[in-house]
Amino acid sequence: MRRLIPMWIAIIAGFAMLFSAFFPVTEFFGETFGEIFSVVAAIAYVLGAGSLAKINLAKISRRDQGWGYSAITLFCFAATLFVGLGKIGVPPNAQFAALPWSGEKNAEGSAFAWIYEYGLVPITSTMFALLAFYVASAAFRAFRAKNLEAILLLSTAFIVLLGRTFAGVVLTGWFPDWASGLRLENLSVYIMQVFNTAGNRAIIIGIALGVTATSLRILLGVDRSWMGSGGNS
Amino acid sequence: MSGFIATLERLDRRWIFLAMAIAVAGPIVYIGITGKTLPETSTPAAQAVYDAIEALPKGSRVLISYDFDPGSSGELLPMATSLVHQCAARDLKMVFIALWPLGPQMVTDTIKRVITADFPQMKEGVDYVNLGFQSGNEAVMKVMLTDFKKAFPKSEKGTATGQIPMLEGVTRVKDFPLLVTISAGYPGAKEWIQYVVSSSGGEITMVTGCTGVQTPQLFPYFPAQLRGMLGAIKGAAEYESLVNASLAPGDNSPVPPKYLEAQRRMGPQLGAHLLMVALIILGNIAFFAQRREKAQVKS
Amino acid sequence: MQVLLSVVASVVSATTALGAVPAPPPPPTSVTAVDVPWDAGGVIEISWIAPAGSADARWLIERLTLTDAAGDEEKWVVVAEVPLGATSHTVSKLSLRGAHSFRMTAIDATGMGTPSATTKPVRAAANFFIGAKLSLFLGIILVSTCVIVCILLARGGRPLRIRRIAALDAVDNAVGRATEMGRPILFVAGIQDMDNISTVAGITVLGHVAKTAAEYDATIQVPTSRSLVMEAAREAVQASYLSAGRSDSYNPDLIRYITDEQFGFVAYVSGLMVREKPATCFYMGCFFAESLILAETGNSIGAIQIAGTAESSQLPFFVAACDYTLIGEEFFAASAYLSKEPDQMGSLKGQDVAKFLTAVVIIVGVVLATLAALAPTGAMPGALTWFKGVFGS
Repeated sequence: MRRLIPMWIAIIAGFAMLFSAFFPVTEFFGETFGEIFSVVAAIAYVLGAGSLAKINLAKISRRDQGWGYSAITLFCFAATLFVGLGKIGVPPNAQFAALPWSGEKNAEGSAFAWIYEYGLVPITSTMFALLAFYVASAAFRAFRAKNLEAILLLSTAFIVLLGRTFAGVVLTGWFPDWASGLRLENLSVYIMQVFNTAGNRAIIIGIALGVTATSLRILLGVDRSWMGSGGNS
Repeated sequence: MSGFIATLERLDRRWIFLAMAIAVAGPIVYIGITGKTLPETSTPAAQAVYDAIEALPKGSRVLISYDFDPGSSGELLPMATSLVHQCAARDLKMVFIALWPLGPQMVTDTIKRVITADFPQMKEGVDYVNLGFQSGNEAVMKVMLTDFKKAFPKSEKGTATGQIPMLEGVTRVKDFPLLVTISAGYPGAKEWIQYVVSSSGGEITMVTGCTGVQTPQLFPYFPAQLRGMLGAIKGAAEYESLVNASLAPGDNSPVPPKYLEAQRRMGPQLGAHLLMVALIILGNIAFFAQRREKAQVKS
Repeated sequence: MQVLLSVVASVVSATTALGAVPAPPPPPTSVTAVDVPWDAGGVIEISWIAPAGSADARWLIERLTLTDAAGDEEKWVVVAEVPLGATSHTVSKLSLRGAHSFRMTAIDATGMGTPSATTKPVRAAANFFIGAKLSLFLGIILVSTCVIVCILLARGGRPLRIRRIAALDAVDNAVGRATEMGRPILFVAGIQDMDNISTVAGITVLGHVAKTAAEYDATIQVPTSRSLVMEAAREAVQASYLSAGRSDSYNPDLIRYITDEQFGFVAYVSGLMVREKPATCFYMGCFFAESLILAETGNSIGAIQIAGTAESSQLPFFVAACDYTLIGEEFFAASAYLSKEPDQMGSLKGQDVAKFLTAVVIIVGVVLATLAALAPTGAMPGALTWFKGVFGS
């Protein structure tokens, strides 16, 4: 029963979503299941927050290695929640100026917007910027001319890397018009639009079939391993 | 020589990180001091974005979805700035939405930097509106297909969508002659194509600006399902130079730095790409030297 | 209102005729409006018989919508301007509520002509089935039939041969390595929620990995970026431990929610890797920019790494930094491959049959397009158009 009910929920919701794409009369069911998912996902946040609090509090109380970080995590979590829910520093909505809490939590000038602007934006941008460093070390290690395929890959990498910058113009910009197709910037576009597109389409078709087969396995109840491996009780 | 090869083979990745930091920081400092940017020539995908906006009659409504967060703003915000710049200069009405929770703040930022600063005659609710974030990913897109105001019942400032003058007559997403998505991942351009453009039977015209990693993934949809595409900072720089050229004031006054952000970032990109080429060459020198050593040992 | 408009138009028309001033062409006749069948609603087709007129004239199509509600819109709205030579036009984006009437007027440099007779009110109704999606629907039926037939054949005992997938063969060794080294296994099921099929596929692989880990008595850490994924992963791992007879070793605290924020999650997982140095890292699900950060960090601590994703843009990063990578459809085949159950193996075979049919369609399309380009005046362009029409493009 523990696995039967989720399986039937998946089957009914899955078929409702599928049919709503083709039969306008069933659109309502598709939309309703979409909305139910949003509600369930919102409720799950409580479980997520509970897990976060439980694990970090346990770490602090046991004085595990790095418990200080847990304390910082919980403090930031509680502070952001307080600032957001309490609408600290939020100017009232122009339409309801008499009501101090009528403004949006992230309105300009609010504490929440300040945390976003001066806390979150720099931190996440820094994490994203790390990619440049990791790409460089991965390229240094992975691009080795081991065989013919690797040499082709390497040559393509050179063309695209140079063609996507001003270096391509400097190196091959002097090519006469009849050979303009060989200019690095044009070659890189050609590689992206033709070879890359052809390969990507093949992968996309394979993925689409894989998604269809996987969805069908779940909808027919053939694959239940998303509820755990082994046993069908 | 063998010492150099041995060093290359054992190279600590932190040296590579340092070299990358220098390759990126050098051009940033140089461009920051001199203000010089590298010239750009536009490719068909970027030109198509520019043309799609130019083709719209004055007063047309454009739906602009900010599907990214601060993490990728370095790559995407410059193109968003240029898009809004072109739309505002062409007297188009802009409806901003976000399918990523941190999108609305960036919409507010763009409105402040471009519309409020340079187009003060544009009125909120009449010429532009920020409808904020809506959770639900593809579910929101599907609802927008049938009932736009249900998907976005109120603006970021709490005004009911039904009371916003510029949205009068809008019932579905099809009522926008152009849809623009600035996309960093999921949900993004791919989902807009799959759930909105395809479902409309080709009635919706869409252009996108996307991150570098998404660019190869989206090329298969261009130009049939995706009218135009700005691939990463390179696409943004091409588009930015197109917009700046068409909107240049006649008195040769300098373009404000905020409209040159993408072109300025092509300098660090050049440094990083050249370093990558050098690293790949060095890696292969070490690889071949190692292979020759092994062959000599065997023989 | 309509009567008033037509009276005004007649007066204007009569005045113009008396003055013998050049006038726009007369309105078209037999203007009819018909709801387009087999659609999701909102589309009406208008057709007419056009009289001869000056070359620079155009037709103006106007709409009047009468909704069921009181105080509804009662004004003529211009919906399109079409060339004089046209004899039909499709009006879309119409409201599903209420009925729509149309009229047409000629317009040229001299001004507007008299409007045509108003069409009967028509509802732009939504139909039972969306005809434009028929080819997609039949495609799904075809693929589903292939899969179901192969499942039935597999159930009947027919032996099915599936090619080896090195990444999945390495799962047992990777788990065994972690046990030998006394270090944990790290499993990341992507950064998306349970409504993403890649996450579901990742959780199915987690079920298998957790079962092997339970049998080997290895520790498995599962940080998640969505609360719902945490719950699903706990269910899957618990069931796997139960089926391996090691329910006492199951620790739900090792499956924890971190944050929805993409880079916040990456920061935590990277830190976890550097601190705890897992011997084996699995990345199975939907990944974006974080893929390379995770895989490079895993590489720097010397972990065996197995990745699987359907995000084609992230595949190059995983291939460069991981030991094994499941590419696209291989990732979705993982659950069937690992379970070796006949039903699931049958579905894989069905997927292959569908892929073969897709390849046939692509080849036929390419041949037709090539022939049509070589002989643009023969029957080939027509055949190509028909073929494209079959597939709804």
